[in-house]
Amino acid sequence: MTSWYEATARQRIAGLLDPDTFAEILRPEDRITSPHLRELGAPAAFDDGVVVGRGLLAGRPVLVAAQEGAFMGGAVGEVHGAKITGLLERAMDERPAAVLLLLETGGVRLHEANAGLIAVSEIMRAILAVRAAQIPVIVLNGGRYGVFGGMGIAASLCDAIVMSEEGRLGLSGPEVIETTMGVEEFDASDRALVWRTVGGKNRYILGEAATLVSDDIAEFRAAAAVLVDAALPLDLPEVEAEHAMLRERLERFSDIGDAQEIWARLGIASPETLPILDSDTFLRVTEGKAVRRKGDAA
Amino acid sequence: MERLSYEFPGGNPIPTANSAVLIGVLGSGNLEVLVESASLGGACRIEIETAAFGFGRIWEAVLTDIFDQWRVGDVRISINDAGATPAVVSLRLNQALQAFAGKKP
Repeated sequence: MTSWYEATARQRIAGLLDPDTFAEILRPEDRITSPHLRELGAPAAFDDGVVVGRGLLAGRPVLVAAQEGAFMGGAVGEVHGAKITGLLERAMDERPAAVLLLLETGGVRLHEANAGLIAVSEIMRAILAVRAAQIPVIVLNGGRYGVFGGMGIAASLCDAIVMSEEGRLGLSGPEVIETTMGVEEFDASDRALVWRTVGGKNRYILGEAATLVSDDIAEFRAAAAVLVDAALPLDLPEVEAEHAMLRERLERFSDIGDAQEIWARLGIASPETLPILDSDTFLRVTEGKAVRRKGDAA
Repeated sequence: MERLSYEFPGGNPIPTANSAVLIGVLGSGNLEVLVESASLGGACRIEIETAAFGFGRIWEAVLTDIFDQWRVGDVRISINDAGATPAVVSLRLNQALQAFAGKKP
């Protein structure tokens, strides 16, 4: 078993794809680095914190982008974002079996201000264009820094999110919520609270993650291999159906203050034990109980 | 940020199929090392961008040790550093040169 959480972006790609099939686009030696960081007097990574390229997953051609969380928390700068957008636009020409986004990011790189914000919005637009062309875009989320900020929105625009329990998904991160709303609203130092709110298990139960896997690169690979070649429809009726589903979910749980109460209301037995279950047991216990997710029949 | 540059003459080229190898991540207390083939008349050129100021003499000591150990020439080594300790720098350089020589890291 090789931990996804502990691995670097390059190690994740190496473990995810068929051996020796990955061909990087804009390699480190091309030195396409951030112009903003140097002006601020900070060293700039050779790949600007994201590795992009193409390879094979179980024999199927895929395009892949992997964010490196250890470099500036995976934050999206101008070059970093342009590499992801360029990869998505390339998918329109190459029509791979899927675009795989191995995300680990706090969102926009604040050092790059508007350039980073624009980069994230361009990623979102490109994701929707690729989905409209019926090429699946799949997010793999199990890194140390989770997926937050604008990239949390971008992830939710994709066909499917594969998460481990360790993965986290949200808009404002726990510290941001605590800082702006107060510790009574959300105590970011309470790790159990953070994970049962934004962690992989709750995101699966809420219908936001399509699959929950253990923290193992081989499990991410197996889950992604099932999702390639299967684009969800993206048209007005689908978007309206998703909005209706989200509205219904909000109404159904709006009086609830803690995820554990949601699990109880969904009829999951012994909800207080969910956080300590391994992923196989968790999936068995919650089978048929999770909120309807994108692509499920109404 | 400080930019440092060193050149060690008189090394031997490593026979390798790799044109470039990247090891490490530019994360806190860590560094990334890019090793590339370059025609430098047998010299090994090392360029560093580091977030920490004023450690030029320590860099020189670590890099001299590495060069004495490997005696590599016609390579360009580029380093981005976020405050790695000398032991980590030494480890990453050894990893990078091993990977460049074609050994599995």
